[in-house]
Amino acid sequence: MVKTSGLTYAYGNELEMVFPDIELTPGEHLLVIGPSGVGKTTLLYLMAGLLPPVKGSVAVDGTELNSLSRKEIDKFRGGHIGLIFQHYHFIKSLNVIDNLRLRQRLHKNSDNAQRRLQLAERLGLSEHLNKKVTALSQGQQQRLSIALGLIHKPKLVLADEPTSNLDDINCIKVINLLKEEAAISKSSLLIITHDLRVMSHFQNRIEL
Amino acid sequence: MNLGYLAYKNMVSKPLNLLLSLMLLSLSVSLVTFVFQLSQQLGGQLNKNIAPFDMVVGAKGSPLQLVLSSVLHIDVPTGNIKLKDITALQNHPFVEKAIPVSYGDNYRGYRILGTEPQYLKSYNAELSEGRLYQKSFEVVVGSGVRSKLNLQLGDTFLSSHGLVDSGAEGHEDHPYEIVGFLEPTGTVVDQLLISNLESIWEAHDHDEAHEHEDGENHEGHDHDGEHEHEDGENYEGHDHDEEHEHEDGENHEGHDHDGEHEHEEHEDLEITSLLVKFKSPLGMVQLPRFINENTSVQAALPGFEIQRLMGLLGSGVQTINGIALAILLVSGLSIFISLLKTIRERRQELALLRTYGFHTKQLLGLALLEGIFLALTGFVIGWLLGRLGVFIVSGYLNATYGYTLQLQGPELFELFLLGLILVLAIVATLLASSSIFKLNVAKTLSDA
Repeated sequence: MVKTSGLTYAYGNELEMVFPDIELTPGEHLLVIGPSGVGKTTLLYLMAGLLPPVKGSVAVDGTELNSLSRKEIDKFRGGHIGLIFQHYHFIKSLNVIDNLRLRQRLHKNSDNAQRRLQLAERLGLSEHLNKKVTALSQGQQQRLSIALGLIHKPKLVLADEPTSNLDDINCIKVINLLKEEAAISKSSLLIITHDLRVMSHFQNRIEL
Repeated sequence: MNLGYLAYKNMVSKPLNLLLSLMLLSLSVSLVTFVFQLSQQLGGQLNKNIAPFDMVVGAKGSPLQLVLSSVLHIDVPTGNIKLKDITALQNHPFVEKAIPVSYGDNYRGYRILGTEPQYLKSYNAELSEGRLYQKSFEVVVGSGVRSKLNLQLGDTFLSSHGLVDSGAEGHEDHPYEIVGFLEPTGTVVDQLLISNLESIWEAHDHDEAHEHEDGENHEGHDHDGEHEHEDGENYEGHDHDEEHEHEDGENHEGHDHDGEHEHEEHEDLEITSLLVKFKSPLGMVQLPRFINENTSVQAALPGFEIQRLMGLLGSGVQTINGIALAILLVSGLSIFISLLKTIRERRQELALLRTYGFHTKQLLGLALLEGIFLALTGFVIGWLLGRLGVFIVSGYLNATYGYTLQLQGPELFELFLLGLILVLAIVATLLASSSIFKLNVAKTLSDA
């Protein structure tokens, strides 16, 4: 269960951005569409607790992010929220499998190893597990980025243009994966996208 | 996955940075520990060697040379002295013990020392095997010599002239027999072959005869004293000149061959030096000055001479320590700069880690782990290099002087050095990682 109410944000002295209230039940999907610069990514950061809102509140899985300390937000985000970035970020000194392992750190589970391999398999990364992340192609990097957003079975998945660098086949794979994972882990899914291929697969959307 | 693994991976992903920091750090550590070990062990060994004796009396010359040759057995002697000149000293009330030593020959580079059994007691040298020498040309062997030369009880050998192994000029008529072995003492005794005084006298009395027969010239031989007599030199101020005017070609044979004579009967007999332990501290104050001012021999104080020597070495040690300290500071600076650079380069990764659930202090911990890992690795490598240096120098010292340096475990001073380096690394890391606290995660992640 994810709920925002009256979220408002402003960068410096710029005009305030006021975001519509969002409510997502477990397993529910929502597309966020709209022109560049309207604040889609800002909304994502607000919901992830990476930016403190000027006004309003975000509650994820019953926890008010505003009520947590900085350290508690970091920890909560690590355990409950999965972020898929528009610009992928990895730990470059670690290989693919170690990047996945690091993301599972706060999610201690005996089937973690199996989960890593399974997810890598479904994203077509099985052959690249021991490669450096910088050795991956753009598309492979994007798929790894998606794996990193999902691997710890978060309650809320926030994806920023997750398919921008994928071919049609991989795009369909990723869309199906996102849906399946949301269903299995009862995750709420919020996807920022311009991609028509993605839009055609999800009904629920808001426009900023 | 733990933070340590991540820190390690981060570090080895920049091998050149790592190498530079490690090299600087280990260079300074190896310098400091090497010099520390060397000066401490040499000082310790010297002090242990001079400890049994307060004063050494020998022929006039450099007092340091007298101490080095007669107590530490690493230099050539200043010359010989007449046994009768120092008999008064042996019976002096301030003197607890006065041990004559005489030498001039070696066996394969190891000195053969003629002395009294009391000499061994002074160094607490116990027999590990066999028995003490009882008559001339019986020797007991120090543990170092034994293991180096692989000697057996009952072995006989011929000594050679001089104090270094020249491979020539043996005393062929007087083979020594090994009758005992000594326990290791960690002192100069380990490097000696010890016999009675008479052995040295007899070997050279006999030898003297040969010399006169064939006119051989023994340059550098410690029997210069006797030659001086033959040449009629150095007699000025000598009390007993008239009693032993030597003629050329005089034959020393017949002297002392049964070993039962009282020393007083042999006023011509010479020793290299007399090692003295005082009964009373008054002796230390009065006797050396008296001897130096009123007799033809000189008295040297081993403690004073060695202190002087170490004082000379000390300034060298301080210079090297200063250099090492400068390198240490540069290595601290290099750790600081390299961390500062990596933290800037890794801003996005640090922001990513924040989204993974790491909080600021953990990121700081990550940087600290890198710094500490560097410090520890640098210290360990440097320490090992320092010990390698000690090992190499030990081999050299052993071959040249018979001194062995121990490869010791970490000592308190070195642990203190480790602490200093850790503090340095931690301070450098904290200074370098202040930006972690100001990290704007959202902005950093948006900047492609």
